[in-house]
Amino acid sequence: MTEPARPIIRIQNITKRFGKMTAVDNVSLDINAGEFFVLLGPSGCGKTTLLRMIAGFELPTEGRILIDGQDMAGIPPNKRPVNMVFQSYAVFPHMSVADNVAYGLKIAGVRGGEVRDRVAEALELVKLGGFETRMPDQMSGGQRQRVALARSLVMRPKVLLLDEPLSALDAKLRAQMQFELSELQEKVGITFVTVTHDQDEALSMACRIAVINKGEVSQLATPSDLYEYPANRFVADFVGSVNIFEGKLTLDEPDKAAVDCPGLGKVYLNHGVTGPHGADVWVALRPEKIYLHVPGAGKAVTAAAQDAPDGHNFARGKIKGMSYLGDITLFEIELETGARIRVSRPNLSRHDQEDFTWDDKVSMHWRADSPVVLLG
Amino acid sequence: MAEQDWKTNRRVFAAVSLPTLFWIIVFFVVPMAIVWLYSFGENRGLTDIAISGTLDNYKRATEWLYVTIFGKSFAVAALVTLICLIVGFPVAMAITFASEKWRPWLLLGIMLPFWTNLLVRTYALMILLGSQGYANKGLGALWGGASWAKTLVGLEPLPTWEPVQLLFNNFAVVLGLVYVHLPFMVLPLYAALDRLDRSLIEASLDLGAGHFRTIMRIVVPLAAPGIVAGVMITLIPALGAYLTPDLMGGTDSQMIANVIERQFKKANDWPFGAALSFLLIYAMFILIALQSMRRKVPEVH
Repeated sequence: MTEPARPIIRIQNITKRFGKMTAVDNVSLDINAGEFFVLLGPSGCGKTTLLRMIAGFELPTEGRILIDGQDMAGIPPNKRPVNMVFQSYAVFPHMSVADNVAYGLKIAGVRGGEVRDRVAEALELVKLGGFETRMPDQMSGGQRQRVALARSLVMRPKVLLLDEPLSALDAKLRAQMQFELSELQEKVGITFVTVTHDQDEALSMACRIAVINKGEVSQLATPSDLYEYPANRFVADFVGSVNIFEGKLTLDEPDKAAVDCPGLGKVYLNHGVTGPHGADVWVALRPEKIYLHVPGAGKAVTAAAQDAPDGHNFARGKIKGMSYLGDITLFEIELETGARIRVSRPNLSRHDQEDFTWDDKVSMHWRADSPVVLLG
Repeated sequence: MAEQDWKTNRRVFAAVSLPTLFWIIVFFVVPMAIVWLYSFGENRGLTDIAISGTLDNYKRATEWLYVTIFGKSFAVAALVTLICLIVGFPVAMAITFASEKWRPWLLLGIMLPFWTNLLVRTYALMILLGSQGYANKGLGALWGGASWAKTLVGLEPLPTWEPVQLLFNNFAVVLGLVYVHLPFMVLPLYAALDRLDRSLIEASLDLGAGHFRTIMRIVVPLAAPGIVAGVMITLIPALGAYLTPDLMGGTDSQMIANVIERQFKKANDWPFGAALSFLLIYAMFILIALQSMRRKVPEVH
């Protein structure tokens, strides 16, 4: 983005309690105008409650929400400059597609030809041109979702809220809608705020992601930062797949560091981590960042050190589990320490899966900047 | 398939359904058939009825007197149903949107009157509405208060309170019937509203509609099956109401069921009573047929 980021939604110290249960715990974050923002978290983490507070369906116990500079306290849902796409789509079953889309416009006092034009334009936008007279029960789930999108977009809201928009679709359609939603968002330029528990969905669509855990923001970052530089164990584990080993920080200098892990051995890094010396830390290592070798026939497994390029970490182990997923194969490897580590390997040739079998002795290595040291 | 046995195995099916079938035939179909036959008969002495195939009873039923009573019964039943709908809809909505903790108690409150005999409830209502009843006493107290307030500001006091006639008239019949039939309206409405996807209401609010518009444009159309069910289940028994107009009505507020009762008892004209009964049954058949012909509201899951 070239222009400076302008916050359209400011969430300030928002807390929401249901009886004794705290659903959202002192959350503050800014959502910028024109961005595709995702609230990501496991079910029950409070992300939907947060979204519903922005829409006005729940009232915060503490704190305040500003939309475009205006405090939303005391403003009911029907007076807020936001629209929502519901998880169940909530398409009115007794109205045609055109009537569904025109519903909000008519309430807003738009009349006659303009209603027709804007409905047609909105349906065109979601690729439902010509479906005006259809009834919702004659449409598929994906099409109903497009109706719900058109119905909200036609209102030209400042912010569009989407509650688990893809969860009810099958896998193929979901992947396609991820692209379409991103494309749509760029086309209309409206701020999208989406709630999801699906990390793939979040990574593929978002400009920025807020990972929510137990009602608090665990980390707020771009998709790649979230994946490559997780701030804590929860984020590392929730976003993508990861191996986590507990260890002690034994060396910490500006250009190098080492962690002594009972499970993985000594792990070297080519940068400092600025943690207290001797502290308990965790090393997170993604399965796809590990190179896997089967030493050639007759070659001793002790050659692992020689297989690893300069400056790489290395380890040895035995294949204890394999799952072939087509594009990649996932390995579960028992290290010499007895700990287990997951490694994924792309199947670059059509015969790759034939090279490995159970109980094969293998060696692994990874770059010194691949592991992430987590302090919490 | 073990779980389909009862459907596919005729013997099992027969064993399960025969007792019910027997019950319906012996205690419903046969007596109704006898009454139906009587409606084509004529009196030959005090207890002797000859089924002669005459249509005289039906002809007599088209006399102005009986047509007006039929018409009045329909009008009263329709008015009762309308009042039940207007009063019952907000009640059903209130129960639907009450918190989980309160809902069973509110439903219990609706159903509680069923635990008391209709006769007892009707007499209780009559005690309330009598010229010395609490309703009149309450109104009298208000009247007295207003009168006293007038004297305070130096005006003439109101004339002495005369109890209002709240019983033995059409008003009492309508009130009594509404009181008896309200639960029949509330329960199907509640069932329909409870099934309603809440996010449809939220979507309407989200698109800028106020609460009133949301109720009229979204809740009412989607609760239509419940409204129709409630109307039928209220209208049909109200149409055949006997006890309430008998006890609470005046001389001019008898309904068709009271006329039928008189044919079987005081007038001892069973054939004519049978004909009137079947005309009422045919009228209800028509109502039910109309209901099943209405457009089905599509449901989306």
